[in-house]
Amino acid sequence: MFAYFTKYYAKLLTALLEHLQIVGVTLLISIILAAIITILIQKSELITNFVIQIFSVVYSIPSLALFAMLIPVMGIGRKTAILVLVLYNQFLLLRNNIAGLKGVDNAIVEAAVGMGMTAWQVLYKVKLPLALPVIMAGIHLSVISTIGIATIAATIHAGGIGTILFDGLRTMNTYKIIWGTILCAGIAGFADLLLRILENILYKKVGFQNEL
Amino acid sequence: MSDESITTEGKIKNMSIAVEFLNISKRFPNANYNALEDVNLSIKEGELITILGTSGCGKTTLLKMVNRIFDPDSGEIRLFGKDIKEMDSVKLRRGIGYVIQQIGLFPHMTIYNNIATVPKILGWDKKRISDRVEELFQLVNLDSVEFKSRYPAQLSGGQQQRIGLARALAVDPDVMLFDEPFGAIDAINRENLQDELLRIHEKSKKTFLFVTHDINEAFKLGTRVLIMDKGQVKQFGTPREILNNPADEFVTALIKSAEKQYFVQDGGGI
Repeated sequence: MFAYFTKYYAKLLTALLEHLQIVGVTLLISIILAAIITILIQKSELITNFVIQIFSVVYSIPSLALFAMLIPVMGIGRKTAILVLVLYNQFLLLRNNIAGLKGVDNAIVEAAVGMGMTAWQVLYKVKLPLALPVIMAGIHLSVISTIGIATIAATIHAGGIGTILFDGLRTMNTYKIIWGTILCAGIAGFADLLLRILENILYKKVGFQNEL
Repeated sequence: MSDESITTEGKIKNMSIAVEFLNISKRFPNANYNALEDVNLSIKEGELITILGTSGCGKTTLLKMVNRIFDPDSGEIRLFGKDIKEMDSVKLRRGIGYVIQQIGLFPHMTIYNNIATVPKILGWDKKRISDRVEELFQLVNLDSVEFKSRYPAQLSGGQQQRIGLARALAVDPDVMLFDEPFGAIDAINRENLQDELLRIHEKSKKTFLFVTHDINEAFKLGTRVLIMDKGQVKQFGTPREILNNPADEFVTALIKSAEKQYFVQDGGGI
């Protein structure tokens, strides 16, 4: 097994970097897009429910099927993979963003409005920091889910760790499967750790250290 | 009057009428009765008006129209002679202090930052803010060194409402609105807070509007008491006027209901 690693470490490293790239780009786009959609829809409960409903339907489509559906439009490759992953993430992110904002105590919001904060100030000074734990939970979830689903993207030639895994499956090469799994789990574990550290820093910054 | 008549610090002088309600009516969507029905009132500068009534009588609705949390369906509200509909609601609110029953302190901010919220929004410099916060701690009788870097969750209900009061007073607004601020506070702390509110009002000479369902509180605090029922004003007068000449059966019943309690019984020091 280690012999495999020493022989093919360059290939493993390429797959790892590709995977990180797919995950990184996906998350960057997903988080920004979800933030924009959240701000646009949060005023209206009707629109919010409608948009989340749509993304929940998208989320329920199996990834292989969604890749297949998009190939005629987008072709194969990394772009299609990233689009699919971004679509999946919207459900996880939007649902938590909205739940977080909604969960902020009405009295606190009313006090903020009554003191003369603008809608924007209410959002970023009060609602956002108070919704942060829930929003971060959504981001956390989407990071881990993206790392996993991104392996499937290898089926449409997007590269990444999935290439190793599917190669291993096709050729019944146990080492490949094991190394692919280890790398995938490794990234997930590492991302989890990184997120925890980031969350702690963020919470301290907004003043949660006494409540959490 | 130009827009500058209400500056961000709410400095408006030389006008004796602070708040005026003209033919105010309001019905909430899906309600089959009017929350407020043709209310006409004028409140002089420096008065402490208590608004008394049972739940659903429209007292809170009336109060929250002054800072435009609600807008009336018809009628006009004037603040120091100026129609508040014509004013920017955000600017208007910065010139009005607002204290609510649930207190609504920001749990993620220290006590200092809670009190400093509006001064910070208005862009005061650091020194001015810290001087003012210090002053406010003294005003509400809390030790600044002990409390300023704490978080709201670490304070008792009574202490939290003192901070709520300090926060609302931060930029020295000309009008203060209180929506049952002491409703959820134990009796002893409530009395202390009432006494302090009277002292603060006495000192500041600002216009206070105070909603309560507690008749003793209303008569103890109010320079004039506004009694409301079913969206209408039943009586508006000094505590003595109301006790001596209840306007109708509703007011009589209200006074009777409180007669067993000490305050009205011993004349309430009115």
